[in-house]
Amino acid sequence: MKKIFSRPQSLRDIQTHYCPGCGHGIVHRLICEVIDELDIRQKVIAICPVGCAVIAYDYWNFDCCEAAHGRALAVATGIKRVRPQNIVFTYQGDGDLAAIGTAETIHAANRGENVTCIFINNAVYGMTGGQMAPTTILEQKTATTPDGRDFHKEGYPLNIMNLLAVLPSVKYLNRVTITSAKRIKEAKAAIKEAFICQIENKSFSLVEVLSSCPTYWDKSPAEAMRWIEETMQKVFPLGRVK
Amino acid sequence: MKRNQKPVTRNQKKILITGNEAIAEAAIQAGCRFYAGYPITPQNEIPAYMARRMPQVDGVFIQAESELAAINMVFGAAVTGARAITTSSSPGISLKQEGISYLAGCELPAVIVNIMRGGPGLGNIAPSQSDYFQATKGGGHGDYHSIVLAPSTVQEAFDLAGLSFELADKYRNPVIILGDGMLGQMMEPIIVHSPQSTVHNKPWALTGAKNRRPRIIRSLYLAEGRLEKLNLEFQRKYRRIEKNEQRWEELFIKDAQIVLVAYGTMARIARSVVNKLRQDGQRIGLVRPISLWPFPNDIMGKVSKNIKAFLVVEMSYGQMVEDVKLSNLGNCKVEFLGRAGGGIPTEEEIINKIKGLR
Repeated sequence: MKKIFSRPQSLRDIQTHYCPGCGHGIVHRLICEVIDELDIRQKVIAICPVGCAVIAYDYWNFDCCEAAHGRALAVATGIKRVRPQNIVFTYQGDGDLAAIGTAETIHAANRGENVTCIFINNAVYGMTGGQMAPTTILEQKTATTPDGRDFHKEGYPLNIMNLLAVLPSVKYLNRVTITSAKRIKEAKAAIKEAFICQIENKSFSLVEVLSSCPTYWDKSPAEAMRWIEETMQKVFPLGRVK
Repeated sequence: MKRNQKPVTRNQKKILITGNEAIAEAAIQAGCRFYAGYPITPQNEIPAYMARRMPQVDGVFIQAESELAAINMVFGAAVTGARAITTSSSPGISLKQEGISYLAGCELPAVIVNIMRGGPGLGNIAPSQSDYFQATKGGGHGDYHSIVLAPSTVQEAFDLAGLSFELADKYRNPVIILGDGMLGQMMEPIIVHSPQSTVHNKPWALTGAKNRRPRIIRSLYLAEGRLEKLNLEFQRKYRRIEKNEQRWEELFIKDAQIVLVAYGTMARIARSVVNKLRQDGQRIGLVRPISLWPFPNDIMGKVSKNIKAFLVVEMSYGQMVEDVKLSNLGNCKVEFLGRAGGGIPTEEEIINKIKGLR
């Protein structure tokens, strides 16, 4: 019998620590499928974030290192400049990429570092217990916005794509999600394009994935997916930005 | 360890150069091909030199958006096994502490140069030695040490910069070169030579998992007991470094009654005091720590048994003096003279202090 579906070689056969309904597991797998399909597993160096995905290196079957909170794209810069023959990507959450690491994000993008960034936006800090993220949407309740995010006090959710879109060195920007089989296929295609952008030495590429956090959204996994579609996507519209 | 006064041979070049540029050139000679830094006075000659020099040797120069980014770029380069360096001055080094802690935690070799200026806060751009605690006691979070080397001349800045890459690779540990604005800015003739560079096997470096198992570089260990075990391994390494890497220069120790202790630029002034008083027949000596961590405890302990007092002289309000006290086991008195914030103890002040000790 012909085998038509299996675990990607890039993904280790290990149970993850993620909560039920969390999007990280799906995106981990999509990245691994893409890496296998592009046959770059032996060239990849990944930089794991500080956040829920901090031990992604335990799940991935390729070279990985950690980075201090927010510094992944600076670390990626160092790696890629020394070893341009490798494929270098960062995997970062919203707090990592859009709060503590905003400067590293904008400047790595603006220098046109030829690296790929997978940006997981779930509008909340997961690992530390559900605090407000820069991408938390207005009126969303979190541990540190108990009455909901109020633009008078916390400002508006930060749209990183719009900030990066104006930079000439940024060559690929796409916002996707994982709420259905169709969306997951689109997400995979975007991740693949971002890696191809790097393989073709075109410059900085980033895919933002609207991802679910049922635990800190206080929702069931199914409700969480619906919340992305009905609420989050209004603030962060899907589609290719650049 | 005595200061080397090697004669110039035919294939060596003698050049006039600033301390800052000497460090930069030494890095190149040591095979360092990665520099990331952020402008700050009084070390700006280093990035400027590297911006010119790195492209000539197919190396990488990056002017980073911040000190945080610069040290983490160095972290990235080190992850691949490359020799990498960042340079800054006091306020910028404060910002790098996070990255230095991660380098130590991940056991990555890298060289960090601190051309110290006056503090605290923004302070001023005058030479200072007020970052001794920060450099030698850890500086960032966690139980770790950087190896700290303190050159006193431009030649020594060149030599120690070369050595720092060897030590970083040998121990998989960050190495700090602790200079000050005076040493960075002054020009002296030096002999340029390519230091003997050992090729270090780096079976931990990330290069892509081709025909081997994937490698992970991390400092996060959540399993019970695992991080404690790692820390104990670090401590064993630090004890090994303390045993092997103490460096110092001594002058007129044999019959000295009072021994000055000073490092870096301050040691130049102390040396001239010692030479002057020796001409008057006074029994004065000097110990100049070259490695500040590991602190040269062995020689300090030995000397302390035969003298009346150490006089520690620093461009700070008393930092290294604490290590001197710890090292001499109460064998002799430990006196202190220091100025900071741009003030430098003068020969006269030191001589007056010595008079008061008699």
